[in-house]
Amino acid sequence: MSNSMMSGMHDMSLWLAVPVSLLLVLGGLITLTGALGLLRLPNFYQRIHGPAVYITVGTGCFLIASMLYSSVALQRPIVHELLITGFVILTAPVVSMMLMRAAVYRDLRKGNTDNTPGDAYKFPREH
Amino acid sequence: MKRWLPTPLMSLALWLLWLMLNQSLAPVHVLFGGLLAVAVPLLVAPLRPTPVRVSRPLVAIRLLFYSLVEILRSSFNVCMLILFSKKGLNSKFIRIPLDLRDPHGLAILACIINSTPGTVWVEIIPDSHDLALHVFDLHDTQWWIDMIKGKLEQPLIEIFEQETA
Repeated sequence: MSNSMMSGMHDMSLWLAVPVSLLLVLGGLITLTGALGLLRLPNFYQRIHGPAVYITVGTGCFLIASMLYSSVALQRPIVHELLITGFVILTAPVVSMMLMRAAVYRDLRKGNTDNTPGDAYKFPREH
Repeated sequence: MKRWLPTPLMSLALWLLWLMLNQSLAPVHVLFGGLLAVAVPLLVAPLRPTPVRVSRPLVAIRLLFYSLVEILRSSFNVCMLILFSKKGLNSKFIRIPLDLRDPHGLAILACIINSTPGTVWVEIIPDSHDLALHVFDLHDTQWWIDMIKGKLEQPLIEIFEQETA
């Protein structure tokens, strides 16, 4: 397997190399932007939106690139990246929901609320 | 049939999962995958108390494509906001009244909303059916309510809450 991988790497034709590298560069840029968001955004509620970008689109780019490349290099369709996509879509939302709720409940217990008159449910204030 | 394959869709999904994990269509994997596809749903049936009824595959496919487009569009927006926004972002919590009651439908809605950059599901507000949602850069509350209710919730109601089945 690693043998055919290696030979595929050497004589990778242009029509494969271009889309694969474009996808890899795009995925890398998106991941960098998401990480930059984690660094630049001022509070937790905004920072939680940064990783969402690379969890979905960044990972998607890498997985499509990987599927394209290994399918051609190994001369047969390689689709088990679809499983990774499935598992990411099932698990990542749960994590962000849990983080969000933990932050909301901590802020509410601190009494850091944004009162809407007449509303029993309070949202935390963003500082 | 009903007794051994109570959930044909889940069995099919498990069988495909097994074949994709092994990356082969050799008879041993086909057979063992089939065994798993029959045994696992029967074993986990007590853990899944509410039965799932799914209908309208076309609506589901349309919803899938709409969500994909929406994910791409919002991640572009969020990237632009992270990179180029000079002024502060108007990130806010909003309430969205939901009509969808089916727990599986709500789970899918949560997955779509949280996979879409720019929105995070907080919780269903206790004693109500309102969804608390955090939006990264809010311009128009009514637009978000219309979008989520019309484009995401309505298809899910059609898929999961068909009484005729």
